[in-house]
Amino acid sequence: MKNPFRSEGDAFRFLWLVIGYGALIVIGSWINTWLGLAVFVVLTALAVWWGVLRGRGEGPVKHAPVPGPADEHRILVVANETVGGPELLTEVRGRAHGRRAIVFVVAPALNTPLKTWTSDEDAARATAQERLDASLVSMRSVGLDAAGEIGDGDPVQAMEDAIRTFRPDEVILSTHPPGRSHWLERGVVERARERFEVPLTHVVVDLDADRH
Amino acid sequence: MSAAAEAHEHHGPPPIHYSSRVSPSVLGMFLFIASEIMLFGAFFTVYFFDRVVNHGVNGHWPPPQFHRPVFLAFINTLILVTSSGTIHWATTSIKRGNRAGMKAGLVLTFLMGLTFLLTQVAEYHRLGFNTGDTSFAATFIGLTGLHAAHVFVGLTILLIMTIRAFRGHFSPEHHHGIEIGGIYWHFVDVMWIVVFVTVYLL
Repeated sequence: MKNPFRSEGDAFRFLWLVIGYGALIVIGSWINTWLGLAVFVVLTALAVWWGVLRGRGEGPVKHAPVPGPADEHRILVVANETVGGPELLTEVRGRAHGRRAIVFVVAPALNTPLKTWTSDEDAARATAQERLDASLVSMRSVGLDAAGEIGDGDPVQAMEDAIRTFRPDEVILSTHPPGRSHWLERGVVERARERFEVPLTHVVVDLDADRH
Repeated sequence: MSAAAEAHEHHGPPPIHYSSRVSPSVLGMFLFIASEIMLFGAFFTVYFFDRVVNHGVNGHWPPPQFHRPVFLAFINTLILVTSSGTIHWATTSIKRGNRAGMKAGLVLTFLMGLTFLLTQVAEYHRLGFNTGDTSFAATFIGLTGLHAAHVFVGLTILLIMTIRAFRGHFSPEHHHGIEIGGIYWHFVDVMWIVVFVTVYLL
């Protein structure tokens, strides 16, 4: 649901909606008390329905191209435990090959819902930071221009934050294989493709197979 | 230098981090609105309880001995709604770099808010009843008085905004103080519309 007081302009428009809402209820009640009550119920239900629907129906997040050198290619990488996987590194190297690429890695701070709601994120962020540091070291060791940050625990939210600030040309999302990936179970890849207009590549990293 | 390297070389307190799902300013505004809804909601609950339980059955509302100054309140409503227009004018003016428009909008808004508050005080003097008379009198003055307290806070904010504007603060890039004050003033107006419709018209 969108906050009607998000900005001064939104609040001003909301004021006029409230004036219209009140005027219709008053007119209805002056004609007949029960009519006024009916108008109140219908308008309130409509307002709730519209507010909730509007929040869910937000369009895809668009991003403006970053003015810069034509050969600059911006790659956003979003990954959890798989951030150091060789498949991911191979994919990123392949994407960056033959052009000036800038890689930005986002490691979501994975946490339990209870700890998220109680803002107990320190341990999750520390773990994510360790994964991110190791990943950046391996990427830089093969010559990639890489930077990164810790993201929101929700991978789609973390992706949205990074898209807004980094403005990538493409996104690479790394997960565990099907059957072991919580993100795949939660439909993160589909949600991200639906929500963002940036080309998205899904890379599966099988850490168990890599160890053997 | 990478973000990680910068973090490792950082001295002093650790940088603030928070979930980006809800930004602090939006969360603060949500909490503020929620607390205001609860505050006004408590007063409205008492008002409607009193109306339904004590007076609604015999069809007389308000009780026959009380008279609500509807016309005066209507004029006050027009003043307050107009003041929302002028604060909106002030905000849009500074966004376009029109400092004169911003100053004029702020001064007009402050004057209209002050007029509203003084009219409200004059109305109380002419009402002919006070909080100790009946439950209707208590809830009527409680609700309108609660709103008047919000107007007083809004006027204080407006005064600070106006002084800052005349001292050369705010620009098309930096006008957060105007934006936040404008949001609060519109919120006060929204609450007045609800109070006016509920207490004076219905």
